[in-house]
Amino acid sequence: MTIDVAVVGAGPAGLAAATRCARLGLATSLFDDQAVPGGQIYRGITEAPALRVAQLGAEYARGAAQVDALRATTAAYVPDASVWSARGLPDATIELGVSTRVAGGAKTHMVRARAAILATGAQERPFPIPGWTLPGVMSVGGAQILLKTAGLVPQGRVVIAGSGPLLWLAAGQLMDAGATIDALVETVPRGRLREALAHAPAFLTSPYFRKGLDLARRVRRRTRVIEFVESLAAIGASRVEALRYTVDSKAHEIAVDHLLLHQGVVPGVELAGAAGCALHWNDLHACFEPAVDEWGGTTVASLFVAGDGAGIAGAQAAAARGALTALAVANALGRIDHRDRDREAAPLRRTLADAQRGRRFFDVLYRPADAFRIPQGDTLACRCEEVTAREVVDAARAGCAGPNQAKAWLRCGMGPCQGRYCAPTVTELIAQARGVPPAEVGTWRHRIPVKPLTLAELASIPSTAEADAAVIRE
Amino acid sequence: MFARRPDPEDGAVVSITIDGAPFAARAGDTVAAALLAAGIAAFRTTPVSAAPRGPYCLMGTCFECTVEVDGQPNRRACMTRVAPGMRIATQMGAPRVAPRPS
Repeated sequence: MTIDVAVVGAGPAGLAAATRCARLGLATSLFDDQAVPGGQIYRGITEAPALRVAQLGAEYARGAAQVDALRATTAAYVPDASVWSARGLPDATIELGVSTRVAGGAKTHMVRARAAILATGAQERPFPIPGWTLPGVMSVGGAQILLKTAGLVPQGRVVIAGSGPLLWLAAGQLMDAGATIDALVETVPRGRLREALAHAPAFLTSPYFRKGLDLARRVRRRTRVIEFVESLAAIGASRVEALRYTVDSKAHEIAVDHLLLHQGVVPGVELAGAAGCALHWNDLHACFEPAVDEWGGTTVASLFVAGDGAGIAGAQAAAARGALTALAVANALGRIDHRDRDREAAPLRRTLADAQRGRRFFDVLYRPADAFRIPQGDTLACRCEEVTAREVVDAARAGCAGPNQAKAWLRCGMGPCQGRYCAPTVTELIAQARGVPPAEVGTWRHRIPVKPLTLAELASIPSTAEADAAVIRE
Repeated sequence: MFARRPDPEDGAVVSITIDGAPFAARAGDTVAAALLAAGIAAFRTTPVSAAPRGPYCLMGTCFECTVEVDGQPNRRACMTRVAPGMRIATQMGAPRVAPRPS
C-alpha cells in the first residue's frame, strides 16, 4: 500500500505539515519517535499537569492547540515510531524504514509514500569543553525536558552556562520551578553586541525584543550573571564538582552540583543526509543543513524537509514552514493547483516573515565563539569514542582530508550517537587545521540505519517475493 | 540530585527495581527520569576508558544514558518509559556481550 504523505516528527513543523496535508484530503501518516506528540519544544504538552503548563509559559502552552488541530483531522498519528531510513525510489515515491515499539520488542516495516516531509527538528549544538562528559553535566535542553515531562528540578548548586535565548528561558523556568541557580555564565564575547546592533532595527520591532528584555530582567533579578566568559572547564573525578572559567584572562572557579550547558541548536540532518539530500554549510549558524527551496523541497524528488531540520528559525517559523511544505506537497500530488497553493501560502509567508524578523540579531549575537566550537588539546571532540581535539588536528595535519577519513583513522563519529555530537566539531577542527572553509571539508556520509536497530527488528521486515528471489537458490 | 516538584495531578506510582533495589517511579517517567529521581548520576561506564557517564541530551540523540532494561542492554533510558516491575541495571564495568535469549 502506498500512502500519500509520510511526515516524520511531531514537533511544530511536523504537526502543522500533517494537519494541513490531511485537511487537503491527502492520506497522511505522522511518525514520531516519542510516546506523545509535541517534539522537544512542546515536549509532554498533552500529559503535563495544568500547573506545570501554566508555569512553563504561554509559548509552551501553544503546543496544545497544534496537537488538537492534528487530532481533528484524518491523519494517522503513529507514536513510538523510529524512522531509520528514507530513500527515493525510481518512480519518485519515498520508502521509509520504520520501527514501531510494541509489547516485548519492536516491529519493523517499510512504508511507501508518494511524498515525505522530514520534520526531524534540531538538537543542541555540541559544547566541547574539558569535562563535558562528567555526570552532572547536562544540556540545558535536557534539564528542561526533565522539568516538562517529570517535574524534576536540579537540587544543590546549579550553574547554567553558554549562550542563546534558551539559556535565559530555561534559567527562568527552572527558578520558577524552585531551582536555585547560583550563576548564569554567559559566553557571548565582548564586542559581539555591537556587531549584532547592526541588525537591531528589525529586532526592536520584533516580538522577541520585549519578551527577551522582560526575561533578561527577571533572570538578572534572581541570579548572578557572569558575562564575557572566554573559557569553561568542568572539573571533577566521578562527577562534576566545579566550573572553572576565565574572564579577561583571569581564572575563576565556582563549586557546582549541576552544570547545564547550551549554545544554540543545529539541524538534525541524519535522515535527510542518508536519503541523499544535498547539504550545505551555513556559516552564520556554523552547521550543515539540507539544501531546500522556498517550499522545503530537497534535491531528492518527493522528499521535503520542514522546520528547524531545514535550518534553524524557531518553533513559530517551523509551524509556518510545515504548513507551506504541505501546500507544496498537495500541489505536487495534484491535489491543488499553483494558484490555490500560492493563495493559501500568502498568509503563511507573512507569519514566517514575522517569526523571522529580528532573528538575525540573535544569530549574530549568539553565534558561539570559536573557542567553544573548536576545542583544543585533550578536550573530547567525540564523546562516544573518546577522541580528543588534538588527535583530530594531528590527523588533519598528517593528511586526513575530512570527516569520513577521520572515521577510519580515529573512529570519531563511529560510536552509538553516530556522530551527532561531534559532527560540527570534527568538520571545523579539520577545516581550521587545513586552513580551508568547513564547506570544503564537508561532513560524514550519513548511513542507514540512522537510529539503532536490533537484528530482531531488522529480521521482522516483511519479505517480498523479489527479495526472496534474490537470495533463494533452487 | 533531582527533586520532583509535587503536583496534584502526578501520575500513579510505578514500582521498578534499579540494580535490584526497589524504587517508586511515576507513570509517564522515562527510565532516565526515574534514575535521576533516585539520585543516580552515572548510568554507565564507557567501553573505551571506563569513564562514568550520565544523561546529557534526554531526547534520544547522545546515547550517553544507555542502561540494561529487563535484561536487554544498551537501551536509551531517556527513550524508554517505566512499566510496573521493570528491572533496570546500570551498565558499570567492562562491556559484555548481550545474553543469549533463553
